[in-house]
Amino acid sequence: MFRNKSGEFSWVDFTIDVLRVLIVLAVVVGAWNTLSSGRISLAQWVNLLAAGLSQGSIYALIALGYTLVYGILLMINFAHGEVFMAGAFSAFFLAEALNRTGFLNEQPLLSILLMFMFAGLISMTVAVLVERIAYRPLRGSPRLVPLITAIGASFFLQYAFRGLYGSNFKAYPQVRALQGAVQIGDISIPVAQIFVFCSALVLMFGLHWLVERTRIGKAMRAVSENKEVARLMGIDIDWVILFTFGVGGFLAGAAGVINGLFRPQGVNFYMGFIPGIKAFTAAVLGGIGNIPGAMLGGLFLGVIEAIGPNLVLAGLGIPGANQLKDVIAFTMLVLVLIFRPQGILGERLSETKA
Amino acid sequence: MALLEVNDIHTYYGNIHALKGISFEVDSGEIIALIGSNGAGKTTTLRTISGLMSPRAGNIVYAGRDISSTRADLLVLSGISMVPEGRGVFAKLTVEENLDMGAYVRTDGEVADDLDSAFEMFPRLLERRKQLAGTLSGGEQQMLAIARALMSRPRLLLLDEPSMGLAPVLVDVVFEAIQRIASEGVTILLVEQNAHMALQIANRGYVLQSGEVAISDTAANLQRNEVVQKTYLGID
Ligand SMILES: Nc1ncnc2c1ncn2[C@@H]1O[C@H](COP(=O)(O)OP(=O)(O)OP(=O)(O)O)[C@@H](O)[C@H]1O
Ligand SMILES: [Mg+2]
Repeated sequence: MFRNKSGEFSWVDFTIDVLRVLIVLAVVVGAWNTLSSGRISLAQWVNLLAAGLSQGSIYALIALGYTLVYGILLMINFAHGEVFMAGAFSAFFLAEALNRTGFLNEQPLLSILLMFMFAGLISMTVAVLVERIAYRPLRGSPRLVPLITAIGASFFLQYAFRGLYGSNFKAYPQVRALQGAVQIGDISIPVAQIFVFCSALVLMFGLHWLVERTRIGKAMRAVSENKEVARLMGIDIDWVILFTFGVGGFLAGAAGVINGLFRPQGVNFYMGFIPGIKAFTAAVLGGIGNIPGAMLGGLFLGVIEAIGPNLVLAGLGIPGANQLKDVIAFTMLVLVLIFRPQGILGERLSETKA
Repeated sequence: MALLEVNDIHTYYGNIHALKGISFEVDSGEIIALIGSNGAGKTTTLRTISGLMSPRAGNIVYAGRDISSTRADLLVLSGISMVPEGRGVFAKLTVEENLDMGAYVRTDGEVADDLDSAFEMFPRLLERRKQLAGTLSGGEQQMLAIARALMSRPRLLLLDEPSMGLAPVLVDVVFEAIQRIASEGVTILLVEQNAHMALQIANRGYVLQSGEVAISDTAANLQRNEVVQKTYLGID
């Protein structure tokens, strides 16, 4: 402790170690206070957990897009939040139309399936176009360059949607089948949350199957490991990269739908920003480039966000703890970057990868 | 007509002039050895033929077609396959998945048969079928790299130092495999530091020196050549 590798005293290490102790102390004290006060019942904890898992599964789906692209290009696609927004937006219009004809509540399952396909395809198209226009021409240039075009693409998409649909907030129509709650003993879990969690799970299994079992999935892994040798196998790596962006885009679009059904309000050109950064945090948390890591990181972040404020912050006597969700998320990002930059499941980033 | 004709190619790494006008040809069914010391340009020659690099001048004709600027992945479709220097197995893919990637361009239904023949040629791979390639020994990885290159059913196989870093027993295994592959009709261009072994199985050979062809002759003559004996075979 307090010493760097060469055994000398180092202020940086000292500060980090003190920080470590303080954080553990704060978490323990806060949690102890909350639990011993008994302010929150077991049923309420279970509700928080369920809400956290639902929110987390949305983060996870978006995080997968970051991680897939990073795995193959070692690049952060900072326009990915807008890919999510594009899907959420397009599914909103479809939902509106379906609602007007009454189809949405007559055939809820079919309607939602249609929304998934539609948003998925739109987001996929946006992601593929971003790759084709903003990233591919710059492949092989210094790493900062695509980062800048990413920000440009991000702004372009935001303001394109703003220009087209204005800046006021819109809300998804209600799907009656998703209202209500399932009662288990004295615990009641909203149907919407169960739906969100299950559909995210299905999508994640789908991705797992794609990457592990299919020809294109193996090619994705091969390209991510060694592009040159992948070309020697006859793999068209540009196509595989495009496909990867497309898959990440599809998942983000689906996440847009799930998000809209889970939390109907807040459809807006700017809606991709916060979920985008949260999902990026989740991807880093799980170990960027690592697929199970992104899933785990997303769920973990969702749960921490839901439980953390009530458990730790409220216990420390911090007022309005529930409004500090975002603080928790970004504190997590900073802490992970300080203490475990490789994430939960990631390998230590070497110079070549970082 | 030669299967492969390399005509006066010049290849660069940025400003570094690595190949300074190399010419040679490979006939169908031959085993051709490319020998030369470190930095002579052997790897660069194979990389230029396989399409990973393009020559800045000169051309490469394969099966009657100019392939000088054809992409590597398309050349696999027309029958050129390469075992890269240092093997290049996909460490995080299993042995079987690596072989699947070798067969990536195949659309016929006989991939499973070829998988069986690969395991028959290298039984050690069969035992390790589900193992990650990164956990194989160096020799096993070399076997996998060769087996994988064969999965595309190439007409021309480019091998870059297949004996590098292998124990003598394994060198024999690998060279026997190469001869067997050749006997099944695959044309082979073999780059080797181990000139002794390479010239034993080759029909003809070329000696590269500083990016140029210094000597070209039949393998038998090269083995008797004084310069070759002295520089590459370690015979004084
Ligand atoms: N990536 C590179 N960047 C710059 N120069 C390179 C690069 N790769 C090779 N060279 C140079 O090109 C020349 C030919 O190298 P090449 O790798 O083809 O040699 P080689 O005959 O395969 O040698 P070895 O037996 O060591 O594998 C050398 O002078 C080398 O320094
Ligand atoms: Mg070499």
